[in-house]
Amino acid sequence: MTDRRLGWLLLAPALALLGGLTIYPAVWVIWLSLQYRIPVFSISRWAGLAHYAFLAVDTRFWNAAAVTAVFTVASVALEGGLGLAMALGLRGQRHGRRAAVALLLLAWALPSVVTAKMFEWLYHPAGGLVNFLLGGRPVNWLGDPALALPALIVADVWRTTPFVALLCYARLLTIPGELYEAAEVDGAAGVQAFARITWPLVRPILLVALLFRTLDALRAFDLMFVLTGGGPAGTTETLTVYAYRALFQTLQVGFGSAIGVVVFALVMVVAVAYLRMIHRQEASV
Amino acid sequence: MRSGRLRDGLVLAALALYALPFFWQALTSVRPDAELLPLSHLLPSRLTAVHYEVVLRQSLMPRALLNSLGIALSSTLLAVALGALAGYALARLPVPGRGMILLGMIAATAFPQIATVSPLYLLMRALGLRDTWLALILANASFALPLVIWLLAGFIREIPRALEEAASVDGAGRLASLRFVVLPLVAPGMASAALLAFLFSWNEFLFAYSFTATEASRTVPVALALFPGVFEVPWGDIAAASLLASLPPILIVVAFQRYLVRGLLAGALRE
Repeated sequence: MTDRRLGWLLLAPALALLGGLTIYPAVWVIWLSLQYRIPVFSISRWAGLAHYAFLAVDTRFWNAAAVTAVFTVASVALEGGLGLAMALGLRGQRHGRRAAVALLLLAWALPSVVTAKMFEWLYHPAGGLVNFLLGGRPVNWLGDPALALPALIVADVWRTTPFVALLCYARLLTIPGELYEAAEVDGAAGVQAFARITWPLVRPILLVALLFRTLDALRAFDLMFVLTGGGPAGTTETLTVYAYRALFQTLQVGFGSAIGVVVFALVMVVAVAYLRMIHRQEASV
Repeated sequence: MRSGRLRDGLVLAALALYALPFFWQALTSVRPDAELLPLSHLLPSRLTAVHYEVVLRQSLMPRALLNSLGIALSSTLLAVALGALAGYALARLPVPGRGMILLGMIAATAFPQIATVSPLYLLMRALGLRDTWLALILANASFALPLVIWLLAGFIREIPRALEEAASVDGAGRLASLRFVVLPLVAPGMASAALLAFLFSWNEFLFAYSFTATEASRTVPVALALFPGVFEVPWGDIAAASLLASLPPILIVVAFQRYLVRGLLAGALRE
């Protein structure tokens, strides 16, 4: 057998699985979004772009888009700052590195449903640790329309900052100590050394981590679905939660698929930006 | 030196504080019901195992743990087996369109589940796979596969070609050299990919929530999200169930940390 034929043979099972369960659904969802499909009423007919035209004037859709935008921008920005700070703190660690990384990665590795249940309990008006530490004020974090989204963002930041911190930390470890010694000879230490040496070297990795996180924040679903269910009054209803409700609760398969396609398109735009950045970094190395 | 130790200790303490939400949940899982609501003291007056007894004896959690373990192990095995073959082909063999395939793999790692969940649901229903392990095994394996292929192709490329060529001089064919030279050398990389695939499947919620209907296939995150309360929310029981759901991830970050970190870095940096 030629190497070429063997190559195809080895690839075939993986491509078959991906073709059937990833690529086919990714194309099919676009087709579905062009139809009226409400299985319980046996409705199935062509809709063309009607769902998208409706979305353009749907206030609930624009609210979900705004919630998604605020959630994504706020959590990614906080994760960047906090993640870099954690990495800088971890850098000098001599003893107990394994324990430190285990404590760091714990939040990231837990199922997001567990995180949602944990924070639901932490935020509980009467039984939660948060209100207890604030002196027993009965704040209803998840029930107040002004507080629910910030509370959700805090939970997401807690869960995903370790990922950003780990990437920055790994980069920091590769910066040779001599660079800092040389800078010290030149009279640059502390903030100056950070600005001249650390920041330029860690910035590309931080950007990659944040683009990655943007991608994940746009498609996040579990945490808000379980923690707040999109409420109160839609203040935490992201595009993914709206899509899920349309698909599986009001059973509008075509309409829900159209929202899914919008999320898909948004994520792909970020993914292309991400690929370009990787490409540019490889070119510059 | 002394100040270095102190600093190390402070960083560890800060990280332990960061993990406080988890430790608080652990404490809640052993706190007596009477001291849960309202919360009047930080530390409970005594510890109890009653929440674990309820979860293990009277809830659907044991069955969900079994489902999750079986589904996660099977989908990991499937993804790593198919991923190793495909990764080898992409790393070593003259496959036409190799660059495009690799690019497609990266794009596929970004696919949002919410976009593919509706067609997959219709597909699983048409195949009669709703509420079965197989539906989730296939869906989770295919979702993890692009990352697994990408990682393994990269790890295999790092193995010096000379080692393989030495083997083929000995008359070993391509497949034999894959089996006896490449796979043993790439075993640590396979462990990294397997850990990520396992964690993905163990934590996965949207597919499991949509495709399952009964305890026959309900996984741990779904059972936890739907945890029943009769008159009030059983916070102690939920905490105990959360702890059980967290055991495999904890084992992974503690015992297999090196492989996890390597997989995470290679996966994120796409090197």
